[in-house]
Amino acid sequence: MSNKTDSNLYTLLFAIGMVIVVGTLLAFVSASLRPNIDENKRIEKQQNILYAMGVNENDEGSVTFVADNKVGEEFSKFITKQLVITNDVEVKEDDNAYLIDIKKEQTNAKEGKERRLPLFIGTKEGKTFYIAPIRGKGLWDAVWAYVAMDENMVVQGAYFDHKGETAGLGANIKERFFMDDFKDEHLLNASGKFVGINISKSNGDPLNNDKKDNEVDAIAGATITGDGVAAMIKSELKLYVPYFKTLKK
Amino acid sequence: MGLLSKKDRKLILDPLADDNPITIQVLGICSALAITAQLKASIVMTISVIFVLGLGNVVISLIRNIIPSKIRIIVQLTVVAALVIIVDQVLKAFSYQLSKELGAFIGLIITNCIIMGRFEAFALGNGPWKSFLDGIGNALGYGVILIIVGFFRELLGSGTLLGYKVLGDPITKTGVYAFGYENNGFMLLAPMALIVVGIIIWVQRSRNKALIED
Repeated sequence: MSNKTDSNLYTLLFAIGMVIVVGTLLAFVSASLRPNIDENKRIEKQQNILYAMGVNENDEGSVTFVADNKVGEEFSKFITKQLVITNDVEVKEDDNAYLIDIKKEQTNAKEGKERRLPLFIGTKEGKTFYIAPIRGKGLWDAVWAYVAMDENMVVQGAYFDHKGETAGLGANIKERFFMDDFKDEHLLNASGKFVGINISKSNGDPLNNDKKDNEVDAIAGATITGDGVAAMIKSELKLYVPYFKTLKK
Repeated sequence: MGLLSKKDRKLILDPLADDNPITIQVLGICSALAITAQLKASIVMTISVIFVLGLGNVVISLIRNIIPSKIRIIVQLTVVAALVIIVDQVLKAFSYQLSKELGAFIGLIITNCIIMGRFEAFALGNGPWKSFLDGIGNALGYGVILIIVGFFRELLGSGTLLGYKVLGDPITKTGVYAFGYENNGFMLLAPMALIVVGIIIWVQRSRNKALIED
């Protein structure tokens, strides 16, 4: 190192220059890629919602969404209504309900403000699906899901995802062997009370044959992620119970 | 490899075996433990580190004569962080699925001590081409160990490789499970990764006695 680069003034100027250059570069990259990223996020949401109601291109073991270029079309074909529920039972239609940020709504609710609950109604082969987006905490970071139910709150399909769960352990919540277990699983107990779905390590039912036990088999080594998923299902889907009750009337 | 001189070849090949960043220099252990429960994650991490270390070494090498020595670590950190963020944003915009797979590793790449180690030990004192080769070599050396560890952990821990059930189905008892074989859940936990790395170090030093320190 030459003496020139050791002086305090040079160091200070270099630091300032570096911050300006790197900051500008990152701001530029971020701003110029923003539209693409937003579009990708929108496509992903539509794909997730369709996936939960069984509109996907899965083969035996894979998780394959509807192709990016077809998703808009399929979304408007299968999703017949998008609702926003407020105050438990006040229902409004909103074609952009799928863009509602669940995290923001949760913060609103915590601060005592009104929380909007989006719900998507889809029809496939004459059957109606009610798809709710939910969000909770895993071990490291956020976990979220799209759960498709019928009018009796029996799960018809689910898509789970996470931000940073451990690869090979908690991250397996987005694998087929875990997600498929939720299909046909009941959210209500035998007497019609909402209990959610527990992620159980001890139910002795690894093949998940009993669909009415409100339990699915846990992933080994992913206890906290599993607990987080169960807690999310319990607290978030519970909010939809009043709406499902109105369907019965 | 006619393109590379003997010295250049050494830069790439040395870190693969006799100067391996993980087993000899014992760097980058934390990420090696964290992400090797699956083979796929190991491979993805390897590719990301090859990219960031190769490019980062070149950038540091290009500006090596104007970096003030007092704040060189901060400058290096800024370079890695900026590179990683740019890679992350570009992936999010053009290859969204891949970026989701990588999501968990982005932070780990920034803190990977191999990267800072190579900047400090090599790129600050060598030209861009040499630094590039050194970066690629070290990233590959890191990746080789990651992939070996990932291979054994996924195979013995989950009975799968890249998600394929190579040993049969543990629940319906097909394949080797029909004979009473069980997956070793222990393999999925970080301590077993350390033991696998330990075994690799043992094998490597038994084969080449020159590597044994007193």
